[in-house]
Amino acid sequence: MIVAEQKPIQEIKGMMADYQKVLIVGCGTCVTVCMAGGEKEVGIIASCLRMALQIDGKKPELMEDCIQRQCEWEFVDTLKDKVDGVDAILSSACGVGVQALAERFPNKPVYPALNTTFMGMPKEHGLWIENCRGCGNCGLGRFGGICPIARCSKGLLNGPCGGSQNGKCEVSKEMDCGWQLIYGRLKTLNQLDQLEEILLPKDWSTDRDKGQRKMFRGDVYYEQTV
Amino acid sequence: MSRPFKEVLNSGEFVITSEIGPPKGTNIDKMLHHIEILKDTVHGMNVTDNQSSVMRLSSVAVCHIIKDHGGEPILQMTCRDRNRMALQSDLLSAYVLGVRNVLCLTGDHISLGDHKGSKQVFDLDSVQLIAAVRNLEQGQDLGGNKLDGGVEFCVGATATPEADNMDSQLLKFRKKIKVGAEFFQTQAVYDMDMLKKFMEHAQQSNTKVLAGILVLVSAGMAKYLNANVAGVTVPQELIDEMAGAEKGKALQKGMEIAARQIKQIKEENICPGVHIMAIGKEEIVPEILQMAGV
Repeated sequence: MIVAEQKPIQEIKGMMADYQKVLIVGCGTCVTVCMAGGEKEVGIIASCLRMALQIDGKKPELMEDCIQRQCEWEFVDTLKDKVDGVDAILSSACGVGVQALAERFPNKPVYPALNTTFMGMPKEHGLWIENCRGCGNCGLGRFGGICPIARCSKGLLNGPCGGSQNGKCEVSKEMDCGWQLIYGRLKTLNQLDQLEEILLPKDWSTDRDKGQRKMFRGDVYYEQTV
Repeated sequence: MSRPFKEVLNSGEFVITSEIGPPKGTNIDKMLHHIEILKDTVHGMNVTDNQSSVMRLSSVAVCHIIKDHGGEPILQMTCRDRNRMALQSDLLSAYVLGVRNVLCLTGDHISLGDHKGSKQVFDLDSVQLIAAVRNLEQGQDLGGNKLDGGVEFCVGATATPEADNMDSQLLKFRKKIKVGAEFFQTQAVYDMDMLKKFMEHAQQSNTKVLAGILVLVSAGMAKYLNANVAGVTVPQELIDEMAGAEKGKALQKGMEIAARQIKQIKEENICPGVHIMAIGKEEIVPEILQMAGV
């Protein structure tokens, strides 16, 4: 899932300071699960923002809503009537949701209430970790199901660097060395010989490096008329 | 004029290299002083590449300066700051400036240095960088394009004899040799038994390993290395020896330890050479070598 965290309320307040009527929109999918921008968090953001603005003598009208997914038009379109009546939108979705609202409502300013952090999962309750960088060419089969791009801090492909010690990364003693995890897992699987292959420089053209990525599937495509 | 490093490496002589750290800024007076001291003392001077992720004068420029002063530079190149285009371009640049030796490293993580918010690169890893040098030598770049005029380098890499993850480090060591590393300079080694153990593995391949000798300047430095630098373990008896030095004589003690270890490495034929790191105190290198009798 996409993991996100709420921006400091002072930063949100700074973005909202010039607006009287604001619609705060949550998202019911990833950011609800990671407890950053769902229905409950929209309520908390609204209360905090109201208090923060009142300290400055302002009395904003803050409306709250939460849709199932801000990254799909069918849900985004249900907001139309509410959006018409406000000065600005504060989205507590990931960056995809914020941009979907900006595209759907070209005449309304849209602001992010969250920082989108990474693609990952809750490892424990209250602890999320990044596991995928979305590089566009998955090599997990070579590495025992542990990604060196996402989990080695340098994204190395041919083995650990000299900064690995006690299974931890040189960046932080709290951070596992991705390469030690890969090595340990392939050892358990009796597949260490798999690592002897010299991997050539990665083709990053499937990553962000060719600009905005898109995916087209003719078998399911049909032109939408709005 | 110094001899080509490759010639020394293959001569069977005990090889001695040391290090020059480029300054942060353009004042090169102190660095030139160190170059003058080292150029006739060692067989090669490594020039560090934004060492510890701290922005400094470039290693290519300093290698050129060393060349101008009659020394033999070893260009350190890390994968942290440059993508494959910039790395190859700098290799060509170094070559036309007369540099003939390159040490390929991964590089420290950007968060350890003085530009923590910078975007790190690591487009290639150290194995791929060595392969890229060898590829340039074949007259082509990584894009598969032909070069008008090629390069020829003596290519080195690094190893960590005191690493606690020796199995996975040896995996990478083997790969580096396979893609064309001719010599290795190791991370600092203090435990000679661990070095011997590492060399048992290394000697299975026909490569030259120069043992890294980092001169201790205090007991505090030794403790710092143990706590903070991956792959370096200073044994307790050496820490005690440093701590027991008379006041104001700690550096002298560190030099004695370094000289003793160099002597042992040479006499017991543990490694075919050493790489001495004095980190800004390069003027002590000749005295250490004299004490070691090399």
